[in-house]
Amino acid sequence: MGDLRIYAALAGGKWRSMLSYRASFAAEMLSNLGATVLDVTTVFVLFRATATVGGFTLAEAILMTGLTALGFVLADMTVGNIDDLKRYVRTGLLDTMLIRPLPVLPQLVFTDLPLRKLLRVAFGAAVYTLALAANHIHWTPARVLLAVLTPLGAALFFGAIFVLTASFAFWWVESGEIGNGFTYGGRDFTSYPITVYSNWFRDLFAYALGFGFVAYQPALALLGRTDPLGLPAWAGFVSPLVALPAVAIATLVWRTGIRRYRSTGS
Amino acid sequence: MIKMQELRKDFTVRVKAGRLRREKRTVAAVDGVSLTVEPGEMVGYIGPNGAGKSTTLKMLTGVLAPTSGEVSVFGLTPVPQRTRLALRIGVVFGQRSQLWWDLPLHESFRLLRHIYRVPPAEHEARLRRCRELLDLDGFLDTPVRQLSLGQRMRGEITAALLHGPKVLFLDEPTIGLDVVSKQAVRSFLAELGASGDMTLVLTTHDLADIERLCDRLVVIDHGRVVHDGTIEALHARYGSRRSLVVDLDEPLPPGFALPGASMGAVEADGHRVTFALDGSSAGAAVAGLVAVASVRDLSVVEPDIEDVVARLYQAG
Repeated sequence: MGDLRIYAALAGGKWRSMLSYRASFAAEMLSNLGATVLDVTTVFVLFRATATVGGFTLAEAILMTGLTALGFVLADMTVGNIDDLKRYVRTGLLDTMLIRPLPVLPQLVFTDLPLRKLLRVAFGAAVYTLALAANHIHWTPARVLLAVLTPLGAALFFGAIFVLTASFAFWWVESGEIGNGFTYGGRDFTSYPITVYSNWFRDLFAYALGFGFVAYQPALALLGRTDPLGLPAWAGFVSPLVALPAVAIATLVWRTGIRRYRSTGS
Repeated sequence: MIKMQELRKDFTVRVKAGRLRREKRTVAAVDGVSLTVEPGEMVGYIGPNGAGKSTTLKMLTGVLAPTSGEVSVFGLTPVPQRTRLALRIGVVFGQRSQLWWDLPLHESFRLLRHIYRVPPAEHEARLRRCRELLDLDGFLDTPVRQLSLGQRMRGEITAALLHGPKVLFLDEPTIGLDVVSKQAVRSFLAELGASGDMTLVLTTHDLADIERLCDRLVVIDHGRVVHDGTIEALHARYGSRRSLVVDLDEPLPPGFALPGASMGAVEADGHRVTFALDGSSAGAAVAGLVAVASVRDLSVVEPDIEDVVARLYQAG
């Protein structure tokens, strides 16, 4: 619990730093919101051309989009700035984190908390809630639990991907935008029913990389629909657990990476 | 307190070999360093750029894991026990700020109090002492990004001391500072060291830091320790001597010799002569001179530590 106080203090420090640049903070917050709104609008635009996509109606698809949006922005608002690790490694600034009596990852996360993304979380939550309401879900205790756990699982899953791809910087200092392919690419993938993708691509992203369990499978379970791709009904209910191996792998890669860190000349 | 045994750190660097091929090559940044530092010692680390000073310091503070060899501080092994060690050591990097860039200086201190879980009373007492000795009051409310380098460095040193460490590591603490700020930092560190229970390890390029602060000098070159001892011992070892420069009305008679001194350069048609003193005191040498010649002016020149160190680097 003592640690929580420390991290709260670090987050407070970040908040006050932001306030020293009020105007740009406000501008960033709005432009950030704009990006998320656009992502969701794309889905509406798509459904103007056709009544169903991949066998799903607009309301059903929006449930997947909303789940993805909420999970992603939750992850983005907490660990999204871990992408900045590149800069810390390249400049050797990570040294200053390593001499403090705290683990490096939470230190980085809380020192650099991207609070400008707050509005996006509100928007993501709104889309998700409206999608739940629009879908005549037959509520059971299991479905209520699933509705709560799925965005959290999605947030953990995306968070793990953020950390994992940021860790590349320990191996390749100029890792550039490789990571974004997985984070933003993955988000776009799970925003739609995975039935719209071609076979090998779907197999790779949905099952091998686990993105099919972030929004698509839990949405099926919430809606009470059988999977046109053949997974059993219970698969949707255990989907949030996909976050656990993702977090484990990310932690392992991060730890290995930190040990490889070589700092810079003086 | 601090022990290093055959400490070694290798880095792999990729070197261009041909148009696309790149070869891996291993470079030893620290190449078998063994040193022991006792509590209360003030140790100055010098060496040319790339000699391995900072790398050694980073292994002592847990930033880098050694390739081989052993290192311990307070009996702790820095890399696996990094966070425990961090509570007991203070670290200042001259070239990287540990302060919160956009916040007033006092906010950084407050955040550090949380990070190190320092009881408020202790924090206040230590901060008060630093405020007095380092004269911080004029800029405590200024955002760090607006501080001058000298002010910031005083802030950095305070930040490293607020949790009451018994060992302070400083990596080039006076780099880039003006003369006045250097003096302020040095006299503060000297006072800190004089209290007796603080161990200080610093790296520097400025030998004046060492002359002012450190009773022990470690010279490192190409990752190896080439000298470990006092500044005097370094002079003795490299035969640097005090010298006596005299201006004479008339050149000295041929065959003149001073006991305990050897004649060096003769300039200005014999009107200026330099003697290196080996054994003789400056007083005895002057007395011997005035007995035979009329001396117009004289000066005693202390050996220049910069020269000694420059010779040491070139020999390496």
